[in-house]
Amino acid sequence: MSVAATAASATAAAGPGFLSPSGVEIAFLLVGLVTFGAALVTVTTRQLVHAALWLVVTLGGLAVEYLLLTAEFIAWVQVLIYVGSVVVLLLFGLMLTKAPIGRSPDADSGNRPVASAVAVAAAAALVWVVVDAFRTTWIDLGGPAQGSTEVSGRFLFRNWVLPFEALSVLLLAALVGAIVLSRKNGAARADGNAAGGSGKEQR
Amino acid sequence: MHLVYPAVLSALLFCTGLYGVLARRNAILVLMSVELMLNAVNLNLVAFDVWLRDTLHTGQALTLFVIAVAAAEIGIGLAIVLMVHRNRGTSDVDRLRDTAERQEPDAPAQKAEATA
Repeated sequence: MSVAATAASATAAAGPGFLSPSGVEIAFLLVGLVTFGAALVTVTTRQLVHAALWLVVTLGGLAVEYLLLTAEFIAWVQVLIYVGSVVVLLLFGLMLTKAPIGRSPDADSGNRPVASAVAVAAAAALVWVVVDAFRTTWIDLGGPAQGSTEVSGRFLFRNWVLPFEALSVLLLAALVGAIVLSRKNGAARADGNAAGGSGKEQR
Repeated sequence: MHLVYPAVLSALLFCTGLYGVLARRNAILVLMSVELMLNAVNLNLVAFDVWLRDTLHTGQALTLFVIAVAAAEIGIGLAIVLMVHRNRGTSDVDRLRDTAERQEPDAPAQKAEATA
């Protein structure tokens, strides 16, 4: 009653109401539904490779959402890095760990009810807080695009150069670490065999 | 656009990832769920950056950094999972219980059920 009244008055002051959505909002809502559905399938499907492929749909939908929020550069980075490389890496990982191709009944562990209870409680709390806090906030998407390549390059190389360079060093370190971890060297393998295949010495 | 739409979508995606992290057994599926959670945070960052019209564009810069750190994380994580699979023959996270405390030597299964 009073909540609805304050919401109505505040939306009248802040921007258009929820009952007359703009085209961008409708597109955002539809793509968001697809994204959320694909995310749900990703975490619930029993076919491991299908989970990776539904993750592609989720990440692609998020790229479209970035485009709708006028963050073009981040959308293309999302497509390049996530859809292009991360999912391919995940598929490689699934293949290299000999994941079963068909349905695997033990894809979910025994704590599924607890996990769903925690997730539903967290979702209810977060959605309630977010809706209560930002019910009347309006994003003005007009004007010049805020995430075009020109703007991104300007803020990245004018204000954020040092973190950018530090991040490149981090990527190099991660690359070297991944190579070192996945290298089959003879000494580590001899240790693993000496430890009876349990591999406790290598930690 | 109302800020509620991206914020609610981001919260829902985050909780989906949370469910995946808690419920999945295969380590690579857990990594996928972590990616979902990171993407939810990215959507939040972009939406709030566009809303605030920050001149430094802190949100978008942090989004790019999070994407790069996530790429590094997935590389290292997959290397670790592959090494564990090579040494143990399994990549199920609930079978890697070497560092778990055991009160009873003959009751690891019940403890797994209780703590899981």
